[in-house]
Amino acid sequence: MKNQKPETKRKKPEDKKRSASGGAKSKSSKPAVNGDFEPKIVGFLCNWCSYAGADKAGTSQVKYPPNVNVVKVMCSGRVDPQFVMKAFEKGADGVIILACHPGDCHYKEGNYKAAQRHRMLLKLLGQFGIEKERCRFDYVSAGEGDKFVKVIKDTVDTIREMGPMKKTKKSTSERTE
Amino acid sequence: MSGKPKLSMYWATACGGCEISLVNIHEKVLDVDANFEFMFCPCLLDTKKKDIEAMPDKGIAITLFNGAIRTEENEEMARLLRKKSRVLIAYGSCSYEGCIPGLSNLHSREDHFKTIYLDNPTVDNPSGVVPTPETAVPEGTLRIPSFYERVKTLSDVVDADYFIPGCPPEPHQVWNVIEAVVQGRQLPPAGSVIGAGASAVCEECERKKEDKKIKKFYRTYEMIPDREKCLLEQGIVCMGIATRSGCGALCPKVNMPCTGCYGPPEGVLDQGAKMIAALGSIIDIGDVKGLSEEEIAKRADAVISSIPDPAGTFYKYSLPGSILKGRIS
Repeated sequence: MKNQKPETKRKKPEDKKRSASGGAKSKSSKPAVNGDFEPKIVGFLCNWCSYAGADKAGTSQVKYPPNVNVVKVMCSGRVDPQFVMKAFEKGADGVIILACHPGDCHYKEGNYKAAQRHRMLLKLLGQFGIEKERCRFDYVSAGEGDKFVKVIKDTVDTIREMGPMKKTKKSTSERTE
Repeated sequence: MSGKPKLSMYWATACGGCEISLVNIHEKVLDVDANFEFMFCPCLLDTKKKDIEAMPDKGIAITLFNGAIRTEENEEMARLLRKKSRVLIAYGSCSYEGCIPGLSNLHSREDHFKTIYLDNPTVDNPSGVVPTPETAVPEGTLRIPSFYERVKTLSDVVDADYFIPGCPPEPHQVWNVIEAVVQGRQLPPAGSVIGAGASAVCEECERKKEDKKIKKFYRTYEMIPDREKCLLEQGIVCMGIATRSGCGALCPKVNMPCTGCYGPPEGVLDQGAKMIAALGSIIDIGDVKGLSEEEIAKRADAVISSIPDPAGTFYKYSLPGSILKGRIS
């Protein structure tokens, strides 16, 4: 279990001049492009590096936005592109896949496979009208609590500025099979 | 009227190939005739919609519904035939998963109309007329069925009992299904895919399969592949790994790659996603030792650039039935 104590409501004002003010809903004068939009992001974190990195950020009590719902996977190579599409279909505004650095994979090459799949997935998502910023892949090691926070902050800010995912004009029902 | 159970076949947005595939069971079509009263098929018979409407509900034993749902009319017929049929079978890839017509989900309806009726060198349409569901003329209002924003599958609009994949379904598989019904064999639970296998085409493919490492993908016109070796190993995008078995691996047999017409194998939701999962892991970007993170992405992109149209290739037959169903608009 992890206790990252994610915090976003009170982001320091000197935190650059990012347009979205960290979702501080109380501030009415914020220049945010998308009003009160809070992105929903699904994060797939590898058990051995990135999840430990997230834990490290938690134990160091670093503040970061709470928009990312973390799903622990044994390896980034386990992240089936179906998971990413399912996330988008169910209303996620973005997906983050975090892996071990090259050469550090617990299973030797799972992270390379994940990286390659991600490049291919980006090309496909582009054809579906989903911007590449919404599907981010990065490397976070067990010691990089600070990098984890940076990746999360960057992604949340980027997607907040982009706004919510466009809605699929819904077909009447799901297929039965 | 004979006492034989009634068999009907309808085409929605389809090419007619499914009707041909039924006739392709050759002399066994006589057995079909001996056991069923083939009573509705706009491609072959003269029965009209009003004749179907006049029938009692569930009056048709089996309806083979082929074609995707593109227009309001397609949906209306699907609902009518659902009401009148005891067993409604999505027959062929179009009604099962959208197939080739479904690729139009990569564009909006407006884009289609623009290309088809306005911006086209062979079109002469000075007043810019595009179809609308209702048009006022001096004599009154003309109504045509509306064109949906997206292509849907049969089960998107009604409950289909079974799905027979294939573009078109293979005759021996069609016969397997008909034979099962004729002999009164227990059919699988409703919602099942019938007339096909459960695993991947590779299982039926006799080519030699070894370790897969691909440096560059080739399109079929760029090389003549070796006849013995796995096509994918030679760099041809063969969809066999992400496609349901049942056809007998016909395309690889004649040195052409599988393009995926039997849809995803049992348990797979999204054929294209599975293709990416598979191809992504067999791309060969050379020696990765000491390679920077940016360099890994760059090298992967270089290999991937040899697939010009991933959506059109990986979802050639299954876009409306996939998770995202097409372009998010």
